[in-house]
Amino acid sequence: MPAATKDPYLKRDHVAGHSDVDRATKERLISQVMADSRFGDYLYGCYECGICVAACPSARFYDFSPRRIAQAAARRDVDLMFQQMQEDIWECSQCFSCLRCPRGNNPGGVITIMREVAVKEGLHSAKDALAGYSRIIYKIMSTGTQVSPDMLQPDAFPDWGPEVKDVSENLDLWRRMLPPETMHTTTTGWQVADRTLVELYVIWLETGALDMIAQVDQGIHMILEEIMEEKLEEEGIEI
Amino acid sequence: MTDSAVAVILGKKEKFERTPDRRQEDFHDRLFELEADGELVVQRVTGDFVEVPTKYGIIKKIQKSNLWHHKSCGQCGHIPGYSTSIFWIMRKLGYEYVDPEDQTSCTAWNYYASATSNQAAQAAVAVRNFAAAFETGNFPLIHCGTSYGHYKEVRAELLHDAALRQQVTKVLGRLGKRLVLPEEIVHYSEWLYAVRDEIRARAVRDVSGIAVTVHPACHYYKLVEGDAIFDPDVYHGQRTAAVSGLVMALGADLRNYSTFFDCCGFGFRHILVQRDFTRSFSTLRKIEVMKEEADPDVVLTHDTGCVTALDKSQFAAQAHERNVGVPVMSEAQFAALAMGAHPFKVAQLHWHSTNYRPLLEKMGIDWRAAWAEFQEEAGRLKSGEQEFLTWADVDA
Repeated sequence: MPAATKDPYLKRDHVAGHSDVDRATKERLISQVMADSRFGDYLYGCYECGICVAACPSARFYDFSPRRIAQAAARRDVDLMFQQMQEDIWECSQCFSCLRCPRGNNPGGVITIMREVAVKEGLHSAKDALAGYSRIIYKIMSTGTQVSPDMLQPDAFPDWGPEVKDVSENLDLWRRMLPPETMHTTTTGWQVADRTLVELYVIWLETGALDMIAQVDQGIHMILEEIMEEKLEEEGIEI
Repeated sequence: MTDSAVAVILGKKEKFERTPDRRQEDFHDRLFELEADGELVVQRVTGDFVEVPTKYGIIKKIQKSNLWHHKSCGQCGHIPGYSTSIFWIMRKLGYEYVDPEDQTSCTAWNYYASATSNQAAQAAVAVRNFAAAFETGNFPLIHCGTSYGHYKEVRAELLHDAALRQQVTKVLGRLGKRLVLPEEIVHYSEWLYAVRDEIRARAVRDVSGIAVTVHPACHYYKLVEGDAIFDPDVYHGQRTAAVSGLVMALGADLRNYSTFFDCCGFGFRHILVQRDFTRSFSTLRKIEVMKEEADPDVVLTHDTGCVTALDKSQFAAQAHERNVGVPVMSEAQFAALAMGAHPFKVAQLHWHSTNYRPLLEKMGIDWRAAWAEFQEEAGRLKSGEQEFLTWADVDA
């Protein structure tokens, strides 16, 4: 990383934006992105051909461009990358249509890494993007399945048509009418064994995934921590 | 040359190195090398299998029986006829399988939506599931396109990142498990493709008059694209043959449209908390284009998110008088219907949003009678005469 004073991409504050964040902080965050072991496989410079933009669904509806992501990362443009971490990355659909890049870049993958850093560092973009999403984090980390039948409530999905109401009103009955025995559940997609949940909790704790939640939602983190510790204690497992 | 002033100047320039040959490696070489070194266990394809062609010519082996079903949380939770149809077809064709409880979600929907996880956690979740499958002696079959794509990414990372391998091996050690990777990572739509002639032989309904458009799932063929099925007999090998190959085998009227490559608009985070984007993309770039250019009776796809986005997005678009209104389902549900499956007890179409009844009528299925049967069965459960509907009830 070049010294700030020698950075040809250094911008004046009103252009760089986020003048409340000092340059050293921005450099520290971007260094984390580039230190990720996947980064070298995701970026090989940029032809500036725009194929990724043409293929990108988010570029059609947002002021968002995977090309700008690839270019900023290739230039190590710290100001722009930080700006993107705060303003752009959560618009990405993570469909990886941008892998059509003739250079072999993976702008979607670079964004995955940038998002991870944004979460770990508790950036406000991560908190804003994930507002209203906490129940999903709770569900996946505590039960091992992401979406559950009982999420299908008319007030949560009013735009999905009247069938959502039919499902929610008949949920228990219709789940019992599913021939696969593992799918009679209403609070999880399928029946997950207790032992399997314990193993999943060990993974969340051992890899630091649970710690990441604290940065975006302390309340959910506390609840998850309590659930996991209690379960592991029952099983006599120490982390 | 190396001494020239220009070379000195260029020597300062950062180089982005990559192999000139864009084809992906055959991962098997590294996989078996690490197995020989004792770093991991490879679960081999066993018994009867079909060899299928992939994008860059590497042969992929699809095991036909004794499969460990790695279910999808979105399918099981919100599109239960999807998973049920996969099981039903397998039962009808006489193949053995395990529907495990010691399986977790791949958690990749959450990862791509929120990034509230990390590389090691994602890899550990994947190989814990693979280890669970290995312990039963059954080969994993992945239901979800995102699980399939993510697991291929994870495999590549584990094969080439020794530090990650070490970290994940240590976590698995705490669980009493070894690092296991299967010889092939197989999506259920690849299994359907592999047995498509057997499915056709068991079809009882003529679908030749059914116009079909296919939406291929991004995470199936864009993530680690070299591992997806491409068949010279399907789109001349220029598009993935998953789904379309089965549609052709069934004899349905497969129709083309210009936004085939486009995503469905699911967005992972967007479908849950920013659906205006999903609705717009799904309807404007996919459904309306299909309607305008191909006028399909049904849209078939092979992933959880795609069925959800393309089906559920159409309801609100009707309020804006958009050109929508085409049923969406997985090719597994469509194939099951063609094989005589019950539209509600197996395909569970009452969980879908867009009107599927005209399609059923065109397929020669009396949906009113089928719904009456379903309600009759429901009555038996409500009265307490029976607690659950079983496979025996479905096959009766």
